[in-house]
Amino acid sequence: MALTKEQIAKRIAQELQDGFYVNLGIGIPTLVANYIPEGIEVELQSENGLLGMGPFPIAGEEDADLINAGKQTITTLAGSVFFDSAMSFGMIRAGKVDLTVLGAMEVADNGDIANWKVPGKMVKGMGGAMDLVASAKNIIVAMQHTDKAGNSKLLKSCSLPITGRACVKKIVSDLGVFDITENGFICIEHAPGVSIEEIKAKTAGQLSIHPSIKEMNV
Amino acid sequence: MSLHKVVANAEEAIKGIQSGQTLLLGGFGLCGIPENCIAALVKKGVDQLTCISNNAGVDDFGIGLLLQTKQVKKMIASYVGENDEFERQLLSGELEVELIPQGTLATRCMAAGYGMPAIYTPAGVGTEVADGKEVRNFNGKDYLLEYAFDADYAIVKAWKGDTKGNLIFKDTARNFNPLMAMAGKITIAEVEHLVEAGSLDPNDIHTPGIYVNYIFQGEAYEKRIEKRTVRN
Repeated sequence: MALTKEQIAKRIAQELQDGFYVNLGIGIPTLVANYIPEGIEVELQSENGLLGMGPFPIAGEEDADLINAGKQTITTLAGSVFFDSAMSFGMIRAGKVDLTVLGAMEVADNGDIANWKVPGKMVKGMGGAMDLVASAKNIIVAMQHTDKAGNSKLLKSCSLPITGRACVKKIVSDLGVFDITENGFICIEHAPGVSIEEIKAKTAGQLSIHPSIKEMNV
Repeated sequence: MSLHKVVANAEEAIKGIQSGQTLLLGGFGLCGIPENCIAALVKKGVDQLTCISNNAGVDDFGIGLLLQTKQVKKMIASYVGENDEFERQLLSGELEVELIPQGTLATRCMAAGYGMPAIYTPAGVGTEVADGKEVRNFNGKDYLLEYAFDADYAIVKAWKGDTKGNLIFKDTARNFNPLMAMAGKITIAEVEHLVEAGSLDPNDIHTPGIYVNYIFQGEAYEKRIEKRTVRN
């Protein structure tokens, strides 16, 4: 069975290490915050100007001045700090953020990512995504493996305008976990009940299967 | 730069703004936007404006209000979702739009405020954002040359301000506001609380008043929440 969004988030949370500063994008990446493993302390960076982002507020305590990059109301934690947008992207550009988790519409087998524009259909803009992918040391993409029509979103090359070149290191999709290497996508884990044949059939880019492939623990 | 900055209201603060000028507008989404000045611009009716702001508001609030009245000729922003009228004007060609990376937007403000003509950033290298821009390699990595903004006015919103124009922002309503405050040729600040000079602790001030030309205490702040989200 293909994974739910929550299971994708849970798997990505296993990549977190104690002491990490982490930037979570909008959508599935935001859910990663719900699955931070026990005993691990991470600090969430929100690019609109906050380090140490806390959970959503309880009803009645929403504050219009306190939002995340997805414009949702949030809270702070002990030790939180606010800053302006230039400093926010300064810490991203300077490589101070340890891990960035983003959504994507397409990823190519060399690590190119497209997630900001569908010409003629959707023009929302790149927000902070281009800055993040140009500078982040470690980028994990959370995505559905195929579009609604069943076409692979893991491609030889992106068909949509790209957000950044050769920057994605790892993908967690609803079918498996993929490292991106000089030899394209390497499938290192498969979702429970998803066969290697299905992964091969639904991956358009260059794909190899790791000899010691495991089942995802989600 | 005059030391006498306090004006009565938004109408007085924006009275010098003319059609065809370029405005920097602070805020992220609807958080920390200069509500009073936007309303005054709608009332004044200046048009053919170039607006530089991270977002374009929603249909009935923020910069969306200036789009409804077709006062905006060109929008420079990083993310413009959640606004149907914006999308309609963009797809029909009525509105000129330049989408730029959010960090680039912030840093082009910063450069203007620090008196620097341009900066290099890796954001957008190898993408359509790089079209026509100078690329320079530093230490093995490519960067794009991006110019400081050259805007006639910056319009920002702060939490507290004093009669000398010193500003303090609150929480994530800070965002682009202090950067834009530094970047305008003329800067207008609207504040929730205007106090006498001397009543703010100098250690707490985010924007020194030298960057601010006009300041006033805004009224009837709606501070709309775009995506109210609570814990289960």
